Amino acid sequence: MVLTRGTVVIDVEACKGCDLCLDACKPGVLVMTGATNRRGYHYPELRAGCTACRACAQICPDFVFQVWKFDEPVELDPGPVPSARSTGGDG
Amino acid sequence: MSRRLVEGAEAIAGAMVAAGCRFFAGYPMTPFTEVLEHMARLLPPVGGTCMNAESELEAVGMAWGAAATGTRAATGSVGQGLSLMQESLSEICHARLPLVVLNMARGQGDYHQATRGGGHGDYRHIVLAPADVPEAVELVQRAFWLADVWRNPVLVVGDYYLAHVQEAVDETPIDLPPPPAKPWALDGSTGGSGAAKIVSPLGTAKRGDPSFVEYGQHLEGIGERLAVMEAGVEPLVETIGIDDADLVVVAYGTPGRYLRYVVDELRREGLGVGLVRPVTLWPFPTGVVAAAAERARAVAVYELNTGQMLDDVRLAVLGRRPVRFIGGLSFDSSGFGIAPDLDAERLADRVRRALDETVRTGVPA
Amino acid sequence: MTDRVGASGDRVGSVGGLPPRRLVDDFVPPLILEGEHSLCPGCGEPVAMRSLVETVDELGLTDRTIAVFGIGCYTAFSGNLDLEALQALHGRAPSLATGVKRTRPDTMVVTVQGDGDMVNEGLAEVLHAAARAEAITCVLLNNGVFGETGGHMTATTVLGQRTKNTLDGRDAARHGYPILIADLIASLEGAAFVARGAVSSAGEVARSRRMLRRALEVQAAGTGFTFVEILTMCPTGWFVEAAEAPAYLQGRLAEVHRLGVLKDGASGADGAPVAARDGAR
Repeated sequence: MVLTRGTVVIDVEACKGCDLCLDACKPGVLVMTGATNRRGYHYPELRAGCTACRACAQICPDFVFQVWKFDEPVELDPGPVPSARSTGGDG
Repeated sequence: MSRRLVEGAEAIAGAMVAAGCRFFAGYPMTPFTEVLEHMARLLPPVGGTCMNAESELEAVGMAWGAAATGTRAATGSVGQGLSLMQESLSEICHARLPLVVLNMARGQGDYHQATRGGGHGDYRHIVLAPADVPEAVELVQRAFWLADVWRNPVLVVGDYYLAHVQEAVDETPIDLPPPPAKPWALDGSTGGSGAAKIVSPLGTAKRGDPSFVEYGQHLEGIGERLAVMEAGVEPLVETIGIDDADLVVVAYGTPGRYLRYVVDELRREGLGVGLVRPVTLWPFPTGVVAAAAERARAVAVYELNTGQMLDDVRLAVLGRRPVRFIGGLSFDSSGFGIAPDLDAERLADRVRRALDETVRTGVPA
Repeated sequence: MTDRVGASGDRVGSVGGLPPRRLVDDFVPPLILEGEHSLCPGCGEPVAMRSLVETVDELGLTDRTIAVFGIGCYTAFSGNLDLEALQALHGRAPSLATGVKRTRPDTMVVTVQGDGDMVNEGLAEVLHAAARAEAITCVLLNNGVFGETGGHMTATTVLGQRTKNTLDGRDAARHGYPILIADLIASLEGAAFVARGAVSSAGEVARSRRMLRRALEVQAAGTGFTFVEILTMCPTGWFVEAAEAPAYLQGRLAEVHRLGVLKDGASGADGAPVAARDGAR
């Protein structure tokens, strides 16, 4: 289980696969997937452990992230957070 | 009516302030410099700003910014300085901003620059050419009103004489309709409203606004607006004796003033001459020139250049009558546009010879 | 493009298998009208624009601000902000901003310009505005290239930097040296606050936002000209992958155009800015 303080929703169709969010994410919970969106760009997915620090939103040139902070931190199963992806993409 | 003996530059500056101009930016250059001096003196007491710009480019930029806030703004220079401003002047037209621009020209070599534009793209300025200081005082006030109504720069073309001759001037502000409202003017307040304003040569609306168009379509729209402006601005012109003249002389500005005198004198001698003096160089009084040419036998164009307004006269006459060029470059040693040829005797001589030529060549009446 | 959910602070209960939570960031910042743009993947300019508009918003200046835009890739934002905007020509934003501020002294006036715009075409304008202590904030988005026309050398391109017309790298013998514009402006007495930040990491973004905030505060205080340079990534102009661009920025551009606050002058008795070197901090 991974302590998680927040989550994001990723607008996969807006993503241009630039990878800036991966390095920006301090807990390292953003991972680039092999999936591509309609325009052919890879997009990231969120793993458990987000701290809602907003670094991804601040660094993203395409405003891909919606960031939520939990009222109380929770322990989540490690691995992808399914609700973190907006509709779209082929993954 | 009380009149005061005042130098042209001071009278023009006073007229601008009387018209509500509250921002002026300029760079010193002869014979424009004194206008800047007077504006620097006159604006602060009425809460206005006069900027000593560090270049003509910056002067027109500052005036552009001031105009964008809805302030009545002006700038000016000499033809050379206006050359520097051309990119901005054409883009200010595309941004649909009012602005008054003075050209205290060195001679009359800037007619093409004023009417055809030295800038890029399709645009026109409304161009006014006073012949003397009292007319300049009136036209400068009218210029601000025209600029506001048409949301377009208005150029007032003068010269060394206009700037430096002292004349008796009535400084009572002329009667003009009140300035139109400027809902497009920027003051920051629509920020965050969902409908924040934009003033831009690339387009007049923001993305998402129903009236937004792409840059290309904005440029196309300029053509339509130019046609409306050309049809809507009444050309101003002075005429003398065009009902019975054999030879119609066309001249503007200070030469127009000299030829007004010369034509009057020659008519007193019984000679069949007349005068058309365009006051708006754009829109050019094409109809009046054409009608005057129709009733006469020939047209003679006098201007202190190698033939620039000549083109517009020829376009008006369209080959129906001979058009002679009786002007030419004339400079004293300073090069500032004091013309030895501007002399009643010399001009009368040229007009007489043109008239003789007309009669002698048997041009049909 | 996913629609915004609502205002920051909006709450949802337990939904989607996750606990109750509140909204902290909602895709596109409210002052940017449309999130979609055609700037390159990994471009630093939208990141800087976000920092700027969010800072304006945080300071409560949204309905008092006029942004004067130069010409470059970032020009796409002049028609895409919920802030009043004045579009200038290449290099000319400082003079327009001067006209705006002098006639509307109660507004906050900000220019947004690139390095080609400000340091090539418009060098005279920004220096004069600074020398005149115009109470405006000039924001420079510096990526060391003319991005919009394809990535050519500008006055800020660093030695060795490969650009479209310096394919072997900028060479001092042929192309001279870069102009360190923030340093130049800091030397002018009329400049009250001068800083250089970057958007190469979340930390740098946070520092840049503090610089922008300070600049706007100083503008509001009316003690002189303020200047914030923000180094931005241009993977296309730099011939690097988007993921490598932050390192390129730090290792190449930031080694020459050094990050930090260059000047934060206190005001003198008459309100005029006092140069930091006098020890007044």
